[in-house]
Amino acid sequence: MSDINRADEKGLNRRKVLECMTWAGAGVLWTVTGGVPRSLGIVGEAMAAGAGSVTFMQISDSHIGFDKAANPDTPGTLQAAINKIKALPAKPAFMIHTGDITHLSKVKEFDDANGLISQAGLDVHYVPGEHDVIDDERKIYLERYGKGTKGDGWYSFDSNGIHFIGLVNVMDLKPGGLGNLGDAQLAWLADDLNGRSASQPIVLFAHVPLWTVYQQWGWGTDDGAKALDLLKRFGSVTVLNGHIHQVMQKVEGNVTFHTATSTSFPQPAPGSAPSPGPMKVPDDQLRKLLGITTVNFKQGEQRLAIVDTPLQG
Amino acid sequence: MKLAMTFSGPGYLRAAGAAFVLGACVAAGLGWAAADASVNIDNFTFGPEKLTVKAGTTVTWKNEDDIPHTVASSTKAFKSHALDTDDTFSFTFTTPGTYEYSCSLHPHMVGTVVVEPADGADKPSP
Repeated sequence: MSDINRADEKGLNRRKVLECMTWAGAGVLWTVTGGVPRSLGIVGEAMAAGAGSVTFMQISDSHIGFDKAANPDTPGTLQAAINKIKALPAKPAFMIHTGDITHLSKVKEFDDANGLISQAGLDVHYVPGEHDVIDDERKIYLERYGKGTKGDGWYSFDSNGIHFIGLVNVMDLKPGGLGNLGDAQLAWLADDLNGRSASQPIVLFAHVPLWTVYQQWGWGTDDGAKALDLLKRFGSVTVLNGHIHQVMQKVEGNVTFHTATSTSFPQPAPGSAPSPGPMKVPDDQLRKLLGITTVNFKQGEQRLAIVDTPLQG
Repeated sequence: MKLAMTFSGPGYLRAAGAAFVLGACVAAGLGWAAADASVNIDNFTFGPEKLTVKAGTTVTWKNEDDIPHTVASSTKAFKSHALDTDDTFSFTFTTPGTYEYSCSLHPHMVGTVVVEPADGADKPSP
């Protein structure tokens, strides 16, 4: 298994950060504080966001049911995340959960997660992670969260002038491949965007990153580029993902890509360990590597501002 | 050369469960039971990634990661449930051939089982 020391050796020196910038392409702004890669720049805009702005929350990768060494108390850390959201000075409009609600798709895990998440008192829009659809018949997730969705659970809705699109890229994965949207979902997406004004901000969210973060670990989506092609004409596109349990961000043209931290356990930085997976860190470090994401949109601004807040500063 | 098709019978290819039971019985009955083999799943890798066995061998996969994985044949010849930490899955390979498989949750994890004709498989069938 991975451990923090390996991540330290390779993950936290200046050369590695620069490598990451090169690898992820132009526009990446990174800093590393206390072992956490944090995005810069856009955070500044978010801090400046004030009256007249709309906030929504993103949480991800709760993994309720996971109880191994990397975090024996995933309900406890999810509770801490929900407490953070409840304590926000301004109530967010709603919350999205970008998947891996549970660890093993068990009914009790879904029940326990729901009991905690509902305490936030917010509408929650979910997309499934691969851990939410590993029951043999892949039906528990859709029974609970599939109402009003299409296909394997994809959907869209509008809020405060923004068009939100929840995509599913954890089904019918092809051997040797990455995340997968599939032709049916892409056709639906094309139809959903058809005739929509290019000036309407778009927020796309899915579990596995829609851009290739690290192919060797499967951190990407085979046909993600096809979805992004459909969004080329839009002036403001924000893509929110989970799955990799760490913050990564890049900006490419009008598209901002951002992955959220988990509320359960950290994973190593790409290539810094033999494999992905739960990373055991010292107990007093864990909550610094878990967190929630606040997204702020101000009418007339080019981009949505995204702020990642650790459970413990 | 005759392959293990010699031993085919009703239900031979009908279901993984049937193939498992029949394969094991046939192997035992003919006295050429192949040694069992194992594949460890660790660090998001099947080890060994390529395994070569004789027909009749039961292969057991064990998940040693803290993350669930599956063992899913590309041709649907076999598929495990999600294997949590320390869970195992076994399948008996009765028919020679090359079996490619992957983890359906993490499809970059791929493996191959090459099944060779069992020793004595070219003898006349009883």
